[in-house]
Amino acid sequence: MSEVLIVLIKIICALVWLLALTLYLTWVERKESAVIQDRIGANRADILGIRIIGLFQPIADAIKFVFKEDFTPRFSKKYLHTLAPFISFFFVAVTISAIPFGDVLRIGGREIKLLILDFNVGLLFVLAMLSLGIYGIILGGWASNNRYTLLGGMRGAAQLVSYEVALGLSLVGLIMVYPSLNLSSIVHAQGELLFGWLPKWGVFLQPLGCLIFFFAALAETKRVPFDLPEGENEIVGFFTEYSGLKWGLFMMTDFMEVLIISTLLITLFFGGWQVPWMSADGFHFPWGAQVLLPHGIVVLFQVLAFNLKVFFFCWLQILIRWTYPRFRYDQVMDLGWKLLIPLSLANIIGTGIIMSI
Amino acid sequence: MIELFLVFLVFGTLGILLVSMNKLLGPKRSNPTKETPFECGSPYLQDEIKPFPVKYCLVAFLFLLFDIEVVFFFPWALVFKEIGMTGLIIMFAYMFVLIVGFIYAWKKGAFEWEK
Repeated sequence: MSEVLIVLIKIICALVWLLALTLYLTWVERKESAVIQDRIGANRADILGIRIIGLFQPIADAIKFVFKEDFTPRFSKKYLHTLAPFISFFFVAVTISAIPFGDVLRIGGREIKLLILDFNVGLLFVLAMLSLGIYGIILGGWASNNRYTLLGGMRGAAQLVSYEVALGLSLVGLIMVYPSLNLSSIVHAQGELLFGWLPKWGVFLQPLGCLIFFFAALAETKRVPFDLPEGENEIVGFFTEYSGLKWGLFMMTDFMEVLIISTLLITLFFGGWQVPWMSADGFHFPWGAQVLLPHGIVVLFQVLAFNLKVFFFCWLQILIRWTYPRFRYDQVMDLGWKLLIPLSLANIIGTGIIMSI
Repeated sequence: MIELFLVFLVFGTLGILLVSMNKLLGPKRSNPTKETPFECGSPYLQDEIKPFPVKYCLVAFLFLLFDIEVVFFFPWALVFKEIGMTGLIIMFAYMFVLIVGFIYAWKKGAFEWEK
């Protein structure tokens, strides 16, 4: 019984972390775009006259979403129309359960792993769930029964499906280096040192794989350089016929994907919760110095390192989103099929040759 | 396994709650204009969905082929250190076939979109 309780507590923690960060990522995006475009950004929402640089804005948005009308167009396919945002949200949100937030936490004689699903196939689970999320887009576009949404859905499906291949292929090299599909053992393997001083992170062993993964993942989030399915000024997107919280779910999924992609990227290529030169009992610097720390502080450091890395990559993705203009559709397809897939095949061949000699 | 069940249960419940929240809390006001499809301001143009470019189907076929090949790569990569050189040569032979197919699709113009 207490096992179930611990799992439930972990799930609630992960959920709160995910939803709160998703909510505040909208604020970060608004403020960052405001800084880039030399504006002030959202700052009006207040509670009793107190506005802390617009920090209440996401809460106001959420409340507004909740009290909107539930509107399903008469010409749409009703059930699929409602199912689409659910699928879109569910399969992306579930992914967080396979991501390790930290190592083992020891409390009262118990060893609690700071991840929910300790799978042997954690990586495949994540990839499968991210691919299933595509159904949300296709169903949303198709069930709305409108030609613009259908076009958006088709574009989205073709784009995501193309980059799915590059995403999978870019990870093959990584699995060759750390022979495991278990995300927590991949993170553990990244705690070792290369040449005695460089952390053995994926990005140092698989720089090309990391780059391909990042670009493919950026395309998977379907945000601006790759926002063809949405295309605000041409087809308005696969969620044109949605309103209220159902539309909000699609938008939340976008932000959640930014977050998930960041967590996945750091778990696979940037050491996950690993702090450089820190092992289970404290810091062991390569020049011989040692700082021993109690267990609680070590776990705290790990979780903090994980969060800092996630924030960095969220920031980077938002920066990219507000810096680059949208690709044309043939450019997107060219980048996926003609550049990323050959490069990732070359990455596999190169990794194989280097590792066998 | 209980973890997976619990994860699906909690996230599923939350998803259903979020989807149905507007039905529970939102107002209900309908009018004829609201019922028409969104056509960027132009009048109602269509009754049923029009066909879409066949290119998208081609991408789907190619995806099926290549994604299955990706799936074949994963178990090989997992045991790569143990099987060593033999495995590498066999995989290169497999990859050669894959790359020939890839080049064929490229030359056939499967990746070309009208500019």
